Amino acid sequence: MDTKEFLAELVDAPGISGYEEFISAKVARVFERYCDEVRTDAFYNVYAKKTDKHGENMPKIMLAAHIDEIGLMVKEICEDGFLRFVSVGGVDQRILPGLEVTVHGKEALTGVIGAKPPHLQTADDAKKALEMKDMAIDVGVCGEQLKDLINVGDPITFKSPLTTLNGSMICGKSLDDRAGVAILLETMKQLDELRFEAEVYFVATVQEELGTRGAIISAFRVMPDIGIAIDVTHGDMPDAPKEETFAMDKGPIIAIGPNMHPGLSKKLMDIAKEYGIEYLVEVEAGPTGTDARAIQVSRAGVPTVLIEIPLKYMHTTVEMINIETVKQAGMLLARFISSMKEGWREWMNY
Amino acid sequence: MDELLKRLTEAHGVSGDEGEIREILKQEVTNLADEVSIDRMGNLIAFKKGTKGGKKLMICAHMDEVGLIIHTIAENGTLKFSTVGSIDSRVLISKKVKIGKKKHTGILGLKAIHLQEPDERKTLVKSKQLYIDIGARSKDEASKLISLGDYAAFDTEYLAFGQNRIKAKALDDRLGCSILLDVLKNRYPYDIYACFTVQEEVGLRGAGAAAFNIKPSMALIIEGTTCSDVPGVDEHMRSTRLGKGPAITVMDATSYSNKEMVNRLVETAIKENIPYQMKESVTGGNDAGAIHISGEGIKTAVVSVPCRYIHSPNSVADMNDYYSTSRLVEAFLKGCE
Repeated sequence: MDTKEFLAELVDAPGISGYEEFISAKVARVFERYCDEVRTDAFYNVYAKKTDKHGENMPKIMLAAHIDEIGLMVKEICEDGFLRFVSVGGVDQRILPGLEVTVHGKEALTGVIGAKPPHLQTADDAKKALEMKDMAIDVGVCGEQLKDLINVGDPITFKSPLTTLNGSMICGKSLDDRAGVAILLETMKQLDELRFEAEVYFVATVQEELGTRGAIISAFRVMPDIGIAIDVTHGDMPDAPKEETFAMDKGPIIAIGPNMHPGLSKKLMDIAKEYGIEYLVEVEAGPTGTDARAIQVSRAGVPTVLIEIPLKYMHTTVEMINIETVKQAGMLLARFISSMKEGWREWMNY
Repeated sequence: MDELLKRLTEAHGVSGDEGEIREILKQEVTNLADEVSIDRMGNLIAFKKGTKGGKKLMICAHMDEVGLIIHTIAENGTLKFSTVGSIDSRVLISKKVKIGKKKHTGILGLKAIHLQEPDERKTLVKSKQLYIDIGARSKDEASKLISLGDYAAFDTEYLAFGQNRIKAKALDDRLGCSILLDVLKNRYPYDIYACFTVQEEVGLRGAGAAAFNIKPSMALIIEGTTCSDVPGVDEHMRSTRLGKGPAITVMDATSYSNKEMVNRLVETAIKENIPYQMKESVTGGNDAGAIHISGEGIKTAVVSVPCRYIHSPNSVADMNDYYSTSRLVEAFLKGCE
């Protein structure tokens, strides 16, 4: 399956943290085509096992990218057809006015986020951002019928399909971290062209946005020898400090710092150089906000690395990535896995 | 109806750049009118001879919409813009726009929440702080796709949803344009001049010239007007209410409606059993402001379809209000003899 097509389907699929059933099934169906065995657990983490000529004493590698997305949740149903809401995950309230959303009640209902019109605001209000508590979703259905269709606690997703911009730039909602899930697919496809001896588990994790909860459970279950988290980091944005962001067209990013195993991170860089894959380095001073945070300390500890791709406007509905970096990350990971031969334990010597 | 409203609301027509919407309206109106012309300002005017003739009646809806215009291509390849017409900058963040004749997609992003200080999330972002990202890496790359002066319109799909509701950009005033098309299906006692005007959103610039040329004995303006029946707005501050029928204006910021015309609109609504409401605020303005002082002065009145969230990427209207407004305008025109 074409990776961009897969990504477009992922972006369309609803799946706020804790409500990943639908996207989980979708990912499982696609992974089945490339893997030996696919399973889903009670939390809807997807596990896809892939082997080639499985060597003796070869490691079990777990690659993890999260399928959940930030979104909203119904807090209160008002008589006149409006819904009050809360956020799930880190939502900047300033992106909300005028957005189109889907409310997943008994049916999927289209809604528009509205607020008090500008001409009715006080001069003071007009100088501030609108607050989430003052906004409401207009679903155009009133009274009893609305209560039949929607319950408090129903999840709400943003509507923003994958759109192609200039060249290889694409944008849409939830590319954090559906782009990472696309890297899992890309890695599988690239591995099909190579030989490898490791036992590879591709895991699409849930509830990352609420504290890497899916990774905690799935790393415990898989018991990997090596963990690889795949996530996004900040791409260059004109209004953000340059030193906190990364170029969009210089390849994937290898993170270093206490959360990452120094030997493995170095090996990743060596392999990137060997195969001429461009990459950047991000320094992370403590536990990262990614699945790597949980995988590293699972059971008796798991040597872990973190691969990221730059993404602009994280946690908005117009997240932007360069699709080329998805392919490059897949290539780097496939080469990394295929380079793992007897003696792989030495990569992790202190 | 859905198909036509979809075409009308998704077409571009930011004030000063009404070419695309004008062409669509021209095609639609040609079969309905006796004569179609475009005046010096760019207003589209459809003439339909009356059965009795004699008096001229102007009906008017503006075809332009609020949007953006590109004024600078920055070194980093992003675009700086001015708003065309009144747009609250708060509705621009995290939205997509289509730019220029080739409709390149651009997005209005904002520094990620993770990189903000907690206070920033409460701070208003002004439109001059925003920029459009088209995925270009440099000024050169962007300049191949975008020219200074290119207009940008919200990238929004028309959609019917909920109970008889629709959402789209530019319901203000493509709903009015669509009503003009509806009512032109009939012939009326008076000569009808249906005007699809330009540049309403930048200060009622088009309608005055149209009225000056036509010199009608009265003009009825059909608008999509602000509707504030949303949570957080006190009952007495709700200018119009969705689902309560066409809103008839007594006065607003730019004109008084002619009292005889207002009375006749109300009488017609009652007689024809059409729901109606009086617009309960004097804010806002519309083409009546330019038309009523055109030439030696022209009697005007305004009837509107209430629209929530006007001047945003997604405005919302009730189709029952639309049909009632269309019926009221038609009955009013039939009654003028």
